[in-house]
Amino acid sequence: MYTPHTDDEIRAMLAEIGAPSLEVLSSPPRGLEIKESLGLPPALPEAEAYAHLKALADKNDAARKISFLGAGAYRHYQPPAVPWFAMRSEFLTAYTPYQAEASQGSLQAIFEWQTYVCLLTGMDVSNASLYDGATALVEGVIMAMHANGRKRVLVSQAVHPMYRAVLATYAAGMGLEVIEMPYNAAGVTDLSRGADHARGASCVVVQSPNFFGCIEDVAASSKLAHDDDAVSISVTAEALSLGVLKTPRESGADIALGEAQSFGLPVGYGGPYVGFIASTKEHVRRLPGRLVGETTDVDGRRAFVLTLQGREQHIRRELATSNICTNQALCALIATVYLATVGATGLRSIATTNLRRARELSDALTSITGFSRAFATPVFNEFCLRTPVPAEQLVKALERRGILAGLPLSRFYPELTHHLLICATELTTSDDIRHLNSALAEETSRAVAVV
Amino acid sequence: MPSLLFEQGAPGRGNTFVANPGAPSRYLDASLLRSELPLPDHAEIEVARHFTELSHRNFSVDTNFYPLGSCTMKYNPKLNEAVAAFPGFTDLHPFAPDAGAQGALHLLWDMERSLSALFGMTEFSLMPAAGAHGEITAMLMAKKYFTQTGQGARNLCLVPDTAHGTNPASAAMVGYRVVSIPSTSRGRTDVAALKSKLDGATAVCMMTNPNTLGLFEDDIIDITKAVHAAGGLMYYDGANANAIVGLVRPGDMGFDLLHLNLHKTFSVPHGGGGPGSGPVGANAKLAKYLPKPIVIRNGDGSFALNWERASSIGPVRGFWSHFLAVVRAYAYIIVHGEEGLRRNSQLAVLNANYVRAKIKDVLTVPYDDFCRHEFVCSAETLKKETGVRALDLAKGLLDAGIHAPTMYWPHVVPECLMIEPTETETRETLDNFSATIHALVKQAHDDPTSMAELPLHTPVRRVDEAHVGRQANKGIGLRWQPK
Amino acid sequence: MAQPTDRLYTKEHEWVKIDGANAVVGITDYAQSSLGDIVYVEMPKPGVAVERGKPVGVVESVKAVSDIYAPVSGTIVEVNAAVEEDQTKVNSDPYGEGWLVKLKLADADKTGLMDAGAYEELVKSL
Repeated sequence: MYTPHTDDEIRAMLAEIGAPSLEVLSSPPRGLEIKESLGLPPALPEAEAYAHLKALADKNDAARKISFLGAGAYRHYQPPAVPWFAMRSEFLTAYTPYQAEASQGSLQAIFEWQTYVCLLTGMDVSNASLYDGATALVEGVIMAMHANGRKRVLVSQAVHPMYRAVLATYAAGMGLEVIEMPYNAAGVTDLSRGADHARGASCVVVQSPNFFGCIEDVAASSKLAHDDDAVSISVTAEALSLGVLKTPRESGADIALGEAQSFGLPVGYGGPYVGFIASTKEHVRRLPGRLVGETTDVDGRRAFVLTLQGREQHIRRELATSNICTNQALCALIATVYLATVGATGLRSIATTNLRRARELSDALTSITGFSRAFATPVFNEFCLRTPVPAEQLVKALERRGILAGLPLSRFYPELTHHLLICATELTTSDDIRHLNSALAEETSRAVAVV
Repeated sequence: MPSLLFEQGAPGRGNTFVANPGAPSRYLDASLLRSELPLPDHAEIEVARHFTELSHRNFSVDTNFYPLGSCTMKYNPKLNEAVAAFPGFTDLHPFAPDAGAQGALHLLWDMERSLSALFGMTEFSLMPAAGAHGEITAMLMAKKYFTQTGQGARNLCLVPDTAHGTNPASAAMVGYRVVSIPSTSRGRTDVAALKSKLDGATAVCMMTNPNTLGLFEDDIIDITKAVHAAGGLMYYDGANANAIVGLVRPGDMGFDLLHLNLHKTFSVPHGGGGPGSGPVGANAKLAKYLPKPIVIRNGDGSFALNWERASSIGPVRGFWSHFLAVVRAYAYIIVHGEEGLRRNSQLAVLNANYVRAKIKDVLTVPYDDFCRHEFVCSAETLKKETGVRALDLAKGLLDAGIHAPTMYWPHVVPECLMIEPTETETRETLDNFSATIHALVKQAHDDPTSMAELPLHTPVRRVDEAHVGRQANKGIGLRWQPK
Repeated sequence: MAQPTDRLYTKEHEWVKIDGANAVVGITDYAQSSLGDIVYVEMPKPGVAVERGKPVGVVESVKAVSDIYAPVSGTIVEVNAAVEEDQTKVNSDPYGEGWLVKLKLADADKTGLMDAGAYEELVKSL
């Protein structure tokens, strides 16, 4: 399809090489060659391939439904300027910027991303991005481990369940001890229970807003950590919240990390997303992955370059701070273009609109008989609704009505059977809220009637 | 010269994205709010000019030839970009009910089946985000396998001295001791040396085939048999898969686990350093340890995410896959089919041998055998004769609009250049590359001191890495600072 | 640069200048030249005990990281603060201002140490 070779060219090239045929050059040793067909469907001409993929995309009717799903992947407005510039070929088809002279575009963009992450989190230094929020948590925990040599991790149960599950996967292989702090009736971390185990912990980890949407007392969590010389880690799954909420730095965190998908990346059935990690100056040498620094070239021009590569796998090999090789450059670029496009003013107003829509949604739904807020703690754009019938049942009923009502929390917290995690963003309209409201009211009055 | 975003803009510039919601303090107590948001405001035209100007300061496959060994910088088809942008894909939430995501799940399942067939594995996970991520996933699987079979004491990982740095780094992350196996003068892993290191502590042997010298490890069956006999597992680093797709399968070579790089072999764009996608494949013995959830096909033909994987190591990412990258790779596979994929591999090998034949008169090619999809050459003789190094040649290539090849790795070849043209380059491009190499070598002999000045014509010239390194170690110079 | 004869050397390219019960340690001219521009030095803090032949710190350049091995056994007494501030001293004056640590010897064992002449031979062979 994309190979330009004509038969004549192949013949001429083989002659110059001194090989008799393509087969002789490329075949494996006798006995290893593939003998039968592998059963893949025959190649599709381009127009048919396009149609085939369009049909697959069209089958995803959930993509067209009114959605109140959040839970770590957020539906936000993507200004068209964002993909227009970020997806330019010169960015999209570029390689990792190891050759500074050939990559100033990518390098400067990463430097700007690093700066934005620092400004948003209040931290001193940030890296060039990580795979996602969940793996960023793993990297942050590894940083803490390198800082104090301890292997016990104290993490809130209100941290995103997938993030905790990924941490557990790595912890098993790395010999880390993970202790979970429970949440309380207010839907936030019960730090007093954490204090029992805090002795000897490498780090204390909370997420704010947490998985239930509640804003945590990160300052208290930082104090718990610092009282025992542990590292305070603050996790952010909904990066837009950084537009209005107190920064992790202001709350005493040493490491701020999380997910920046909200900055212009589509929900895209789970990826690719973009993780961020930032810290106080003290931890700079422990930052994983790539770092871009500012310097000058031989003519005195400002130039950007990958730096501190001594920490990385291609130099340090088994002693690297992490095995991470790639970052999520293009995703970080999308986020950077988003932040440049919306600016402080836009970010603040979009974030505040999220607050407003969540308030409207909450007011509308709690006015239905049997529905209430599960937790009294203030939230950003997501909250936990207490439902009169099991949330799973409600969600299924609403799916039949063409509405994705949110995530039943029993999915990850078996004890929370009548709890629905529901999210509103700047894309949520009054009509959407009205539809959900009447659908929920009808479904529950029917369900109650049946009972 | 472009200024930074933070050196531009003015308060209040920018579009109106939402109706004015009022101040945040209307909704939250001031104690919960941040005191200031010190980001710049830009007019859209500033954003437009800034990023367009930055894009002009980049090499890219769409503008330049990248003979980067081990990176497989092949052309990124635009069909893939178009289909990855369908709202049916981009707007699909990962927690959407399975019934509403049948198109995505079907695609993932098809992909998983195709990769299993192409690489001779029982099952694949599409979860890992990148090659290195796939590697650590495989190491975690190996570790769990040994623990569950009462062999948890095994902790030795064998890695050829030509291995990519992520290999030992991944092994070390799970606590394995790494032992480096030397290469022979023929450029293959020394089988006798490898066998001498096998014992009851052997856990995993990580290899790539062809290896990073571009040579097929002919003794691979011998190696995999020996490692298995010692109770170890064989892991295939798929970085060099572009030489073998449709021609030979790692499963048939005796590998138990492997990772692939969709952003290398399967044409997903590199994006300036990600996002990639690093699927992990496993044979029947190890498939149960793959990350979960996995996509399955139900009896009624529908597709679903399956979480019932009792032996799984667990998830390695927050969500199910780099879906939009997998879509691109899927499009690539369906327009090629088996025949097309095989032909790509053959032409990749042709192009590499062609360039090798054309430049071996001016740069030392240390191995006599035909190469596979990439080859190495050395500037050591040039350095001895003129003082000019591989680095200087690389900088000279930049002036000609050609990206440097991979340099100074593998370490077994001094002043190494690793060259992988890929199959999508025209003969004219390859001829131009060879001619440029010849010209640079000539310049090295005629005027050696001029080479240290290169490049001359790029937006910036050689940068002071020592200065930034010293600053960075103190946490300075890694971000813009307000005055 | 000729190797100063007032000190001993290791095959890992460290030098040690012994003066009674104390010693000063640094890296050789060959080491600094191989590494290139040094950007970071990390040595153990005063009070830390080090063992001959074991890695005790790192010297890092733009392209490489070198482990530093203790040439003798002892306790760290002082780390060169000037080098922590300005790593270029290790490149420009590896035998003088570019010293890395001072330590108090644990014993008089000189296993693995060679004189300037032997080290010179080693460097020539590389």
